[in-house]
Order: sequence, then structure tokens, then C-alpha cells
Amino acid sequence: MEILDLKLDGNAIGGVLLEHVGSDMTALEMVCGNCGAHGEMARLDVYRGAGIVGRCCQCENVMIRIVEGRGRAWIDLSGTASLELR
Amino acid sequence: MAETAVLGRITWLTASVAGDVRETPRVRTLDLDVPSWAGHRAGQHLDVRLTAEDGYQAERSYSIASAPGNGVQLTIERLDDGEVSPYLVDDAREGDQFEVRGPIGGYFVWDGDEPGPVLLIAGGSGVVPLMAIARHRARIGSTTPMKLLYSSRTWDDVIYRGELEKLGIDVVHTLTRAQPPDWTGYSRRIDVDMLREVAWPASESPRVYVCGSTRFVDAAADGLLELGYEANWIRTERFGATGS
Repeated sequence: MEILDLKLDGNAIGGVLLEHVGSDMTALEMVCGNCGAHGEMARLDVYRGAGIVGRCCQCENVMIRIVEGRGRAWIDLSGTASLELR
Repeated sequence: MAETAVLGRITWLTASVAGDVRETPRVRTLDLDVPSWAGHRAGQHLDVRLTAEDGYQAERSYSIASAPGNGVQLTIERLDDGEVSPYLVDDAREGDQFEVRGPIGGYFVWDGDEPGPVLLIAGGSGVVPLMAIARHRARIGSTTPMKLLYSSRTWDDVIYRGELEKLGIDVVHTLTRAQPPDWTGYSRRIDVDMLREVAWPASESPRVYVCGSTRFVDAAADGLLELGYEANWIRTERFGATGS
């Protein structure tokens, strides 16, 4: 097993955000807080463990972290410069 | 917590198995009855949640195989060490119930209202959301040129083999592990030379959908970029090698 085998993409975090936010966010544009690359959330590199980590597909900076528990979710966007909302 | 639920919050819905089709020895399609399903777009997926008697829950994402407006069908490949797929492929019976959440995805979707040719590139069960796109094209009577390049291990692993021939799109197979005796098609992994022969010329600004393992998707996308495709023409969806 290599780490590459565990890599998903931002499509995989659509469900948890849909549940807690109420709309689909995978097509929204995000800007990386490290390198400034921008693209749809679906293009993130996503790794799932006890929580979810989404990294910039250009520079691997952690842009989003999600932890779920007891019907709630905590979202850390400290590595994201901006997130488009529609 | 129900009493503090936010308006518009999407909750888990109960799905019942209403029918099934065995596609290959490892792959099965489940027809789901999901009351109050909001409808979906071609290419979207949903999450499935199974709850064991002791309360343990396992959650996985699966692409929707059916065209919009044509029910909710999932096509699932069994991963032998998976927590969810062995149940869905081998054990789930008509009337069984589990929870689903969705539809999900606003990026890897094709609504049929864009001009220009479409190239679909599938690795194994990555064909499932692409099948929803091809079925949607047929269902709405679209004349958009569409081509599917589909990589499978063997001929027996090809999902939707019969239906693929009747969709009115060009289908090009490559069989990477073993080929029938009279096979004249490709017999290797997707590479730049194959893409050069199959893909629409970059001058036509095609829209591309690639779905498969991370390795597969990276190889296909890199090859297309080498052929002069622009990154924003290429939409990708990757699935991990484990955990389904």
C-alpha cells in the first residue's frame, strides 16, 4: 500500500459538506493560502482518516480539515485564502 | 441533533433495494427506491451508510449509474477487503434498506447543454459515472459527439458490455491483463500514443471526463496535457484503491 492509493479528491468531501451546509460545495472555487493556486474544491487532493484533510493539488498545502462527531462538523480553513460562495 | 437542525440541511434518506443486475462476477448494479429523492445530474455520486447491529457505521461514496430522471441505480465493484462493497455486491437482497445522502457533486457533471465533443475515459469501475453521462446523452436525444475510452483488465471485466454498443457513441476498449484470442483492440495501459489516436484533436476544445484510480487518472490527464489539451477542459474523479 502506497500513500497514492489512499488519495481521493474533493468530490469525496461533498457529502459531509452537503449534510452540514445544505448545498453542494464541490464546484466552488478555493484559493490556496500558500501558493495562490485557485480551482474547484473537487480538485483538492483528499485523504480520509479519523478526519478529512484536503490539500492543494499544486503545492500540497493543507487547505481544509474536517472533523465530524455527534452530528456536528468542525471545518478548519486556515490554509485557504478564499472560498467562493454562490 | 434534530431539535437544532438548520433549515435546508440535507439528511440521510432511507433507500430500499428494488432490483439488481449482475454485471460481472465482481460487479453488481442495485436499483434503489429512495422516497423524496431530489433527482440528480449525470456524473454525480451519493454516500451510502451501513449501520451494524452494534451501532458501528461505515460510509462510502458511489457514483450514480442511471441517467437523470431514470431512478437511482448504483453499480458497485466488490473490493475483497472492503467494509461496504461486499455487502452491496453479494449480500443485499430486494427489500433491504440502508441510508443514502446526496446527490453530491457540481463539478464532475455533464448536463448536455454545452457544445463541443466529449471524451470519456474510464478505468475499471470508473466507467459508472461516465455511463450516467452517456445514458443521459441518449435519453435527451443529444447529438453531441461522444467517445468512450475504456480500460479494463479482461473482456469479462467490462461493465455494461452489451449496452455500450447501443448508446450511439464510439467505444474504444483496451484490455490490460488478458485478451480474447481474436482480440484486435488495444492491450496496454492508456498512454500518450493511445490518446493521440483516440482523443478528439485539441483544436476542437473537447470536454473530458476521466474517472478511475488515482494512478489511472493522473496518467490520462498528463497524456492529454501533452497533446495540447487545456487543464480546464479535463474534469477528473478519482477513487482510492481501498476502503470501498
